[in-house]
Amino acid sequence: MNGAELSPWIALPAAALLVAGGLLALVGSLGLLRLNHFYARIHAPTMGNTLGAGCVLLASMLTSSALAGRPVIHELLITVFLLLTSPVTTMLLMRAAVFRNESGRDRQGDTP
Amino acid sequence: MTLTHRPLLEGLLLAMWLIVNESLALHHWLLGIAFALGIAALMRALRPKIAHPRRLLVALQLSWHVLCDVVRSNLAVGRIILGTLHQQPKIGFMKIPLELRDPHGLAALSVIITATPGTVWAGHDPANNVLTLHVLDLQDEAAWLHTIKQRYERPLMEIFE
Amino acid sequence: MNAMLDWALHFALACFASAMLCAMIRLLRGPSAQDRILALDTLYINGMLTILTLGIKLGSAIYFDIALLVALFGFVGSAAMAKFLLRGEVIEP
Repeated sequence: MNGAELSPWIALPAAALLVAGGLLALVGSLGLLRLNHFYARIHAPTMGNTLGAGCVLLASMLTSSALAGRPVIHELLITVFLLLTSPVTTMLLMRAAVFRNESGRDRQGDTP
Repeated sequence: MTLTHRPLLEGLLLAMWLIVNESLALHHWLLGIAFALGIAALMRALRPKIAHPRRLLVALQLSWHVLCDVVRSNLAVGRIILGTLHQQPKIGFMKIPLELRDPHGLAALSVIITATPGTVWAGHDPANNVLTLHVLDLQDEAAWLHTIKQRYERPLMEIFE
Repeated sequence: MNAMLDWALHFALACFASAMLCAMIRLLRGPSAQDRILALDTLYINGMLTILTLGIKLGSAIYFDIALLVALFGFVGSAAMAKFLLRGEVIEP
């Protein structure tokens, strides 16, 4: 951090949010390795995309508002954008996977 | 040009412009209004159908419910992933008949369902309005059915229809 | 108190780095094309979160713009690749 002017009332929630966001993103990505079927794996990154990103963006909003001395809310844009777009990618991938499995184009899709 | 709709898209675009620039100065208002009107006109040419959302209070309550469900299912999916050493989850598709017909309502429902970890929207049959859902932990089909019909679909029907 | 925030920032950075490593392994291992796209999607989101965390750590607002651009282009890329798997072409006539 540059400077030591953050009050504990800002630093404490921001630190908790950062730890929570990091853990959520890590567990979500760990799911990519640990789950043994594509249809199970597609659920895992949603954790990091929604709540994990939300936690980190909230922490960023808190600290930058405290540093600037006025409410800084432009992180809200990334939050809304991610909330709207990451489900779209997931749905497209799901439909692509269903389509490829049904049409038999994907010989490896069912194997772990 | 007569105003046949509330300028929702224009308002959102203008708010986005002001947030990105972090300023409420006059020139940002003017430029933002100009961009908002232009982009909204282009969008209307691309997609003439306009959503008519109503009932702000119901929408806010729905957002709160979705937030609670996202937190809860994040914890549930995290527990499943950390428990994969012992057993893999039981995945499966399920079919849910819907009553919601409005395309904007269906879009909102798909985003809500997919943004909640543990469930992914896997397809929708417009002929008989049946939703195909993929669930990570298919233990209790009736509970998922109840959540989607009562908690999400009913408020969305109130908002969009 | 700022020492604790510093610790949390380093912890979050380590988490995102490990998450990116997990996604990288899945990206290289496959086995199917949709697995690789899913891993790439996870990779860019974790990269964006890393940039945001660095922005908090260095107290600079410039990182926000980079994160917004990464989110925008990452979405366009993943959506285009998923669409390609679905249809065999990105923009249909």
